[in-house]
Amino acid sequence: MGDRDMDYRDGHGRPTVVVTGMGVLTSLGQGQADNWRALTAGVSGIRRISRFPIGGLKTTVAGTVDFVTVPEISAPALSERIAELVIEEALAEAAIGQQAGASGSDFPGPLFLAFPPVEMEWAQRIALVAASGANETVTYDDMLRAAGTGQFKRFYERFLFGSILEHLADRFGTKGSPIGTNTACASGGTAIQLGVEAIRRGECEAALCVGTDASINPESLIRFSLLSALSTRNDPPESAARPFSKDRDGFVMAEGGGALVIESLAHATARGAAVLGVLEGCGERADNFHRTRSSPDGKPIIACMQHALADAGIAPEQVDYINAHGTGTPENDKMEWLGVSAVFGERAGAIPISSNKSMIGHTLTAAGAVEAIFSLLTIRHGRLPPTINYDTPDPALPVDCVPNVARDAQVTHAISNSFGFGGQNVCLVLGAPG
Amino acid sequence: MPPEHNGAVDGTRSVVTDDARRALVDGPRDALITGIGLVSSLGDGAAAHWAALDASIGFHTVLDTEQFAPWMVHPMVPLALDSQIPKRGDQRQMEPWQRIGVYAAGRALEAAGVKGDAALLGAMDMIVAAGGGERDYAAETVILSALQGAADPGTLLNERLLNDLRPTLFLAQLSNLLAGNISLVHGVVGSSRTLMGDEPCGADAVHVACARIAAGQGDLMLVGGSYNAERPDLLLHYEMGGLNRRQPWDGIWGRQVAGGGLVFGSVGCFLVIESRAHAAARGAVPVARIAGVATDRCRRQPGQATGNAARQLAGFSGALDRESAAVLSGASGAPLPTEEERAWLHALGLPVRAVATALGHSLEAAFPTGLALAAMAVSRGRLFAPLEAVEAPMTGTLRQALVTGWGHWRGEALALVTQA
Repeated sequence: MGDRDMDYRDGHGRPTVVVTGMGVLTSLGQGQADNWRALTAGVSGIRRISRFPIGGLKTTVAGTVDFVTVPEISAPALSERIAELVIEEALAEAAIGQQAGASGSDFPGPLFLAFPPVEMEWAQRIALVAASGANETVTYDDMLRAAGTGQFKRFYERFLFGSILEHLADRFGTKGSPIGTNTACASGGTAIQLGVEAIRRGECEAALCVGTDASINPESLIRFSLLSALSTRNDPPESAARPFSKDRDGFVMAEGGGALVIESLAHATARGAAVLGVLEGCGERADNFHRTRSSPDGKPIIACMQHALADAGIAPEQVDYINAHGTGTPENDKMEWLGVSAVFGERAGAIPISSNKSMIGHTLTAAGAVEAIFSLLTIRHGRLPPTINYDTPDPALPVDCVPNVARDAQVTHAISNSFGFGGQNVCLVLGAPG
Repeated sequence: MPPEHNGAVDGTRSVVTDDARRALVDGPRDALITGIGLVSSLGDGAAAHWAALDASIGFHTVLDTEQFAPWMVHPMVPLALDSQIPKRGDQRQMEPWQRIGVYAAGRALEAAGVKGDAALLGAMDMIVAAGGGERDYAAETVILSALQGAADPGTLLNERLLNDLRPTLFLAQLSNLLAGNISLVHGVVGSSRTLMGDEPCGADAVHVACARIAAGQGDLMLVGGSYNAERPDLLLHYEMGGLNRRQPWDGIWGRQVAGGGLVFGSVGCFLVIESRAHAAARGAVPVARIAGVATDRCRRQPGQATGNAARQLAGFSGALDRESAAVLSGASGAPLPTEEERAWLHALGLPVRAVATALGHSLEAAFPTGLALAAMAVSRGRLFAPLEAVEAPMTGTLRQALVTGWGHWRGEALALVTQA
């Protein structure tokens, strides 16, 4: 191994993994520029739901992406479209995988995609029932009869779990089997971790890591509502997401997507790509305490952050900023603070820790990717996005959450936390270009 | 030995250790199967499956032709759930697909000798291949009935969902909650990842596990999936696609002359996959070795899937011993890919068994299940008897098995399983 080669390796002797392109879309807008402007101005993307009737609902606000339209809206259809838009932005920035004059792209590596579970929705069921000519009492036999006519073949493909993956692989020319992942609210982080590991073991030189989620429909909203996970502070909508505040009462569902082109540093350097940041480390740890609650001793999320720091080869003292999971549920923020205080000790209260979700809501399976991008923008611009709606500090959480107003700070190393239902936790360590 | 990968050039993502090509010399980073948990219509456990497949009176498929007539399914055998999921509260919080999977995972951990070993489970990495969970069919049809002619269907839908959905049902539906329940019930907490995407994600899960083991990114993995075929919503989905096989039943190959089609089977299959060094250090007895696994995709233009399979096989060529090898095919029964795979396998000339003839097609669980049967067969040194007339008997010693995994819509995978 020559000296030159060593320059392209991390402290563990593995290929250094860097980010060379990013695309992001949230309820705040499309693209890095619009999102960063709004995010650092403390703007909320949370609004009254207009996509479907809200009569009878306890929660009537969400971070819907209404400016992107698709024919026959459904979670997979809109998730796929959002993924396309963020991938296009990321490929353009990285100047990779685009064939001049050709209709398709030709990305030189695999796709790792975090997306929400897929199932047929009420609009499709209602269409089947209508086509079946069912009388007042509808049965599955009625829908099966309509299905057998062959006129709903498009629903079959749309609601295959593999359809988003395969459509994106077709469109962007990614290589090999496209890998779809779901670790609930940690999914975006898992997609990035899968890509980092593939590059580290020399399986590929570049990977496309994407998280996308557009699952705001009546049933998804109601399912979270029935778990008492959502904020019911509906007025005004932009006040609903209140991470770290004493009066926080739940998270706000939201839509969005984030795409990262990641490469080995050697590959990026050889093709003259600009390095936007370094994916220094990933950590994970599963929790076996409860389906929706963290272990009360915080051990899994503590181990998750410690694994990430060890993987990155940095000490807790080197972390300048924490991009919080920060959902704004009473439980999450308490447990996250418990974890952060254990990992960072006396410094915990002095490290800025802000929640993008105060403005964009919880983009669920996309959150890990979206917030990794915002963490890299934080490093790049030297400016910390705030936690808005921080009017009533919670004395139990003595955090510096960058209250309400962005501020300048030099950030060399940041961590981004993602903790999911089902006890699946991921922490990423992101660093400034070397 | 460092692994070789040929990912970025032609798309095939493949793990074949150098050792595999050197006449299968043992290497410390070899991926070994040290535990199998398999449940299906044929029984509970590897031994029960072997007994059913290898029966001296000939193999008999187990079918439920009544519940979903004119369609049919291979139903799950009754499981002694308490033996693997001791808390009734845990059982209640799951739907059948999760119970099947958690049960099979427990059986795999037991077989590998890691069940209840907190130190090993704390370092164990889990990769689950999953779809989605059951719905509340009764509530759903009641709501659809109420919506017929409703004045304000949107508000009515909201009100009925709020009233009629069980709050905990969501957690029985989420794809990642099979893994979540395995962590809760069995204590597998090193890491937990769920892959989604129909049949290919079952192969991706195995590939990622083997690639991580080869590269030293893990030593002890729990990999698998589960599928509950006894679900009207899944029947509905494939009926929209025009893919369900109607009665009468026939084997995967035999049914192709009458249009083919899918017959699903309830299956739970988990494998403990472990580096040779790790297995040796704790004295675990391996069942078989995964000497290579490759995954890829194409648009399924005629011949493309065959091209992928041929490239994948070429990647194993140094390790494949044709004289002692057979194929366990994951062919789904969907007409076009099944016919193309049949032609490729015919040209290959090895004895073939179509797993879905025996167990039904099990989507995400299908590829791990093919590996499980392959491991059982090579460890016994012989292939079980043909499942249908067109499958040739094999009298010689079996030392290797190829496992195919062509998705009914997309994705092609191939593995080479050898004696440990």
